[in-house]
Amino acid sequence: MNKMDVIFREEISAPLHSELKHDSAHKHVTGEADYIDDMPLPEGALHMAAGLSDRAHAHIVSIDLSEVEATEGVRLVLTARDIPGHNDIGPNHRDDEPLLAEKKIEFHGQMVFAVVADTREIARAAARKAKFEYEDLPHATDLTDARALGYPLVTDPLTLKRGDVDSALKAAPRTLKGQMRIGGQEHFYLESHIAVAIPGEDDEVTVWSSTQHPSEIQHMVANILDIPSHAVTVFTRRMGGGFGGKETQGNQFAALSALAAKRLKRAVKFRPDRDEDMSLTGKRHDFLVDYETGFDDEGRILAVKANFAARCGFSSDLSGPVTDRALFHADNAYYYPDVLLTSEPIKTNTVSNTAFRGFGGPQGVVGGERIIEEIAYAIGVDPLEIRKRNFYAIDGDERCLTPYHQKVEDNIIQRIVDELERSSDYQARREEIVRFNRASRIIRKGIALTPVKFGISFTFTPFNQAGALVHIYQDGSIHLNHGGTEMGQGLYTKVAQVLADEFQVDIDRVKITATTTGKVPNTSATAASSGSDLNGMAAYDAARQIKDRLFAFAAEKWGVPVSQVEFLPNRVRVGEHEIPFPHFVKQAYMARVHLSAAGFYKTPKIHWDRAKGQGRPFFYYAYGASVSEVSIDTLTGEYQIERTDILHDVGKSLNPAIDKGQVEGAFVQGTGWLTTEELWWDSKGRLRTHAPSTYKIPLASDRPRIFNVKLAEWSENREMTIGRSKAVGEPPFMLGISVLEALSMAVASVADYKVCPRLDAPATPERILMAVEKLRSR
Amino acid sequence: MNSQHDAKIRFILNGQDVELSGFSPRLTVLDWLRLDRRLTGSKEGCAEGDCGACTILVGRLENGRVLYETVNSCIRFVGTLHGTHVVTIEHLKSTDGRLHPVQQAMVDLHGSQCGFCTPGIVMSLYALWLNEEKPSRERIEQALQGNLCRCTGYEPIVKAAEKASEIRPDPLAEPLCATNDSIAGRLAAIRASGSVLVRSEEGSFFIPSHVGDLASFMGEHPHATMVAGSTDVGLWVTKLGRRIDPVVYIGPVSELQGVSHEETGIRIGAAVSYSSAIGEITARFPAFGALIPRIGGEQVRNMGTIGGNVANGSPIGDTPPVLIALDADIVLRSHEAVRSVKAEDYFIEYGKQDRQRHEFVESIHIPYLSEEAVFSVYKISKRRDEDITAVLGAFYLELDKHHRVNAIRLAYGGMAGIPKRARTVENALLGQFWREDVVRSAADSLGSDFQPLTDWRATADYRLLAARNLLLRFYLESRGEQASLVRFAAGGRQ
Repeated sequence: MNKMDVIFREEISAPLHSELKHDSAHKHVTGEADYIDDMPLPEGALHMAAGLSDRAHAHIVSIDLSEVEATEGVRLVLTARDIPGHNDIGPNHRDDEPLLAEKKIEFHGQMVFAVVADTREIARAAARKAKFEYEDLPHATDLTDARALGYPLVTDPLTLKRGDVDSALKAAPRTLKGQMRIGGQEHFYLESHIAVAIPGEDDEVTVWSSTQHPSEIQHMVANILDIPSHAVTVFTRRMGGGFGGKETQGNQFAALSALAAKRLKRAVKFRPDRDEDMSLTGKRHDFLVDYETGFDDEGRILAVKANFAARCGFSSDLSGPVTDRALFHADNAYYYPDVLLTSEPIKTNTVSNTAFRGFGGPQGVVGGERIIEEIAYAIGVDPLEIRKRNFYAIDGDERCLTPYHQKVEDNIIQRIVDELERSSDYQARREEIVRFNRASRIIRKGIALTPVKFGISFTFTPFNQAGALVHIYQDGSIHLNHGGTEMGQGLYTKVAQVLADEFQVDIDRVKITATTTGKVPNTSATAASSGSDLNGMAAYDAARQIKDRLFAFAAEKWGVPVSQVEFLPNRVRVGEHEIPFPHFVKQAYMARVHLSAAGFYKTPKIHWDRAKGQGRPFFYYAYGASVSEVSIDTLTGEYQIERTDILHDVGKSLNPAIDKGQVEGAFVQGTGWLTTEELWWDSKGRLRTHAPSTYKIPLASDRPRIFNVKLAEWSENREMTIGRSKAVGEPPFMLGISVLEALSMAVASVADYKVCPRLDAPATPERILMAVEKLRSR
Repeated sequence: MNSQHDAKIRFILNGQDVELSGFSPRLTVLDWLRLDRRLTGSKEGCAEGDCGACTILVGRLENGRVLYETVNSCIRFVGTLHGTHVVTIEHLKSTDGRLHPVQQAMVDLHGSQCGFCTPGIVMSLYALWLNEEKPSRERIEQALQGNLCRCTGYEPIVKAAEKASEIRPDPLAEPLCATNDSIAGRLAAIRASGSVLVRSEEGSFFIPSHVGDLASFMGEHPHATMVAGSTDVGLWVTKLGRRIDPVVYIGPVSELQGVSHEETGIRIGAAVSYSSAIGEITARFPAFGALIPRIGGEQVRNMGTIGGNVANGSPIGDTPPVLIALDADIVLRSHEAVRSVKAEDYFIEYGKQDRQRHEFVESIHIPYLSEEAVFSVYKISKRRDEDITAVLGAFYLELDKHHRVNAIRLAYGGMAGIPKRARTVENALLGQFWREDVVRSAADSLGSDFQPLTDWRATADYRLLAARNLLLRFYLESRGEQASLVRFAAGGRQ
């Protein structure tokens, strides 16, 4: 046996922290990676299409579905009356989000019925044949209209408070107040929503869903069908993108396909087309921020008072935690001595807005950075200088306390910013840009360096748990399953690395399997950037359990102390012997060692009292910063990003290649949010930007002309996370804010930087030009 | 219609001969590939030719060789595949399982995350790799204009394109090179067989082989839907669920192909794609040529035609204002007559053009620019590339030796229900000295020429202001001042 040692390498093929390729990369590039729409369907499968309202707010007087039903090839038409269970798919069970509207329409494009037919084309054509009779009601698509109509809040607002803000404002040497509009964002995952339901025996049903949250799909299907959760099994192998848009929004498609499948005893696929997907599913919340700040003559913030109003759409969905997170990040990386932050989650007659990468945090940060910018222009110094003067302290003193009374203990923003400022040659370039602008009549430039501090954990503490299921088979191959879902972020790859590293085996010994509620129950959504923190730890726990049994087995069998058993690359050392991993496993099986384990993890240290607005909602913070340089055309408002430099903190990276991909992708997505991505509703309340022809996400040619992205290699998580890594999904999204601020500086140049341009987002060419005109006409 | 037409289409799919008959004229290539052939590598992301997840290559005969171009299979009709070689993502991997160099580069550089856009991106990079040696970053970005990726931010994809270009196609081993001659022969044989008429329960699909055939078909079926690139008509089906039969596909009609240089100008056949025309157009009208890479993505430019852009009469079509400013003629043919209309007169009002139902656009004639002419085209859109115009200005100017305006045509798109000239502004400038104050004051009267609309692309105020400022840009640039963004000013990347 020892003879085999010589062929063993000193390292396994993909240890933790190495740049392993995405587990599906070779299948992505060949078209062999199956998404749900690619799977072969069982015989006799049918197709579903949505019947949508064409009013924004109305009572339904009558619906005539006779032509829909009479269409050749139509098998079933479902309305609210066909729902055996509870007609609510809202994640809060507040009874505010019907699967199918019954009496009242609350937004343009709301689903009222669903058609099942032999083909997708027949179903879609038939769905257009319904005749509605409505009694119209006044509608409000935006926040101003909603306030004017006295619309309610969809959920309880949050207040974060420290000190006495009104007295501090009164006492402050200088104050200012303002307002900012921040637009929403469509997720535009490339794969639109889809579900396939396959009926089983008794009350059983299996659902394949493109979802970030299989457990919630399971609960919703059970709720709609009025069956226990144990009868519903949900599978998700991979999504073609999620970004938060598949956290709750897949419920409707899964529940309806399951309902139809049970009724017809056939498999049913529900894939909305792109326009329906964009009309039927929620987006990032638009915000209206009113802010007031007091500061001293050096620009040190003394007080901040701000209200964050959000367009929530017709139901609560995730608007509560989203608006909460906006408040949690309204401080970004800055200490506010006296502070009062309030949220205002307002109901509107639009699709219910939902999770989107950053989950309200980006809107909070944009609001906080606007305050910095205002102070900088008021005082007449570079906003970067104001940022530095207001950063949280590094440790110890009271300047580490957040508005929610959590102490920032792991602050590294100063080092990040200093390194980036130097590596990007920020100061010299800024001077050069100011010189350029003095001489250039039409084209102007701007540069900005903005930081990010982002809190990691679900703010609803119970969600911070995860499970994993690991089996080792007799041939030494390992089956890995966990509650996290794969949407392109490389979670499966990272967790497989954790397992391979723990057992010290080559990565191809580990088989990654589709997420399913049948293997790991009661999972949380793969969201809040928490995927690898939670599931990596759960898999680690499962591996530890099996290893402990193997240690005990080896010690007993070969009569050595446990300390003499060691997992080496692809082999196990037991005293003097080195045994290839498969042989070792086989012997363990023969000795009746249990080679399977369910791992579990819950994030320590966190707690949150929402009513008091105090606690430690976040386990730790992730940090980063970016510098962007832009050019604008002051005749048309057109612009381009000339250069961006990024330094981002992912702790000790589990996989630097995947993490860098997350940082770059998040930056570009964040830039899109703040520049060309604009949601536009017409006077009838109809969303008119419901396809890529009208809704413009960044292209390859929109990314910075020069793009330097680095991970802060020296960083290690202070907390005991998996491999001392940090979460990466959301934090770098906010790096895009440097582009907005650079555009703002370029605009400000037309009034010699004396006035804050107050550029709203998204900064489309139109907004840039109008901001230029406003400054010129002063 | 008589029995001389073939009742089936013939083409090649990933090297294999295919014959199809009895298909619906509305059947898209993507649905046929995915549902009928179960080739599910090509994805549906938008069904409107914007996201590129459905990108495939279509090889067509050009000068005796097969030229492979990317197309959006989601908005292309199966009938239009007649006489082509269709190549899908499934054809790339070698039979021994090795990845193609383009695929390998995408894997090595972490160019995929969720992977849904990836097959389409690989196809776009594959076409670039086949057709261009050492593409610049600008060309790579152009090749990717029709491909959306929401995950990566594109950086690793662009780097993968560069890495793949280090390996050149091996003429003997690369399938599309090694088989080019034999495929060309097979396609030529299909082409030689004449016109095709496919009938199905959902209507007929007609492919005329020459212009007379087309004219008489349109005479008999004035309500037929004429399809060239289907970059517009495709959406009538996928987005509006419209019936379009009978369909007549003009792509193979040789008389509608080609760009020719005549004594007075160039003549562009109605079925010439943007990609095929861009070389000749750029040589003669550089400002027009520079606009073309900003129309759609590469896939759309490989399908779409200037003839279609004119024929459909969209108020936001990009080429009509250009043709108006260049004083082009539209040549219309029917089974009865051929006539010529000034581009400016062709657009009557929103949704109405000077074209009878049985007439079709045969060609477009653009007079050469005189030596003293100054001609510029400016397009403004929310996103620079692959976006529909908010405002487009096409400006033609001739000055006399005293620097007075001798001739001027200021045509705008996106400003009214049709593309049209700013006559009031032109009149204010005609005969005047070409000076900034004169231009500014003339531009102020743009509001009497146009009362634009507000929509999701821009407000009326912005349209009017930007339209005015474009004229100022035109003036400044005519004086040699920098008045627009310089792309790639940074001179490469780090």
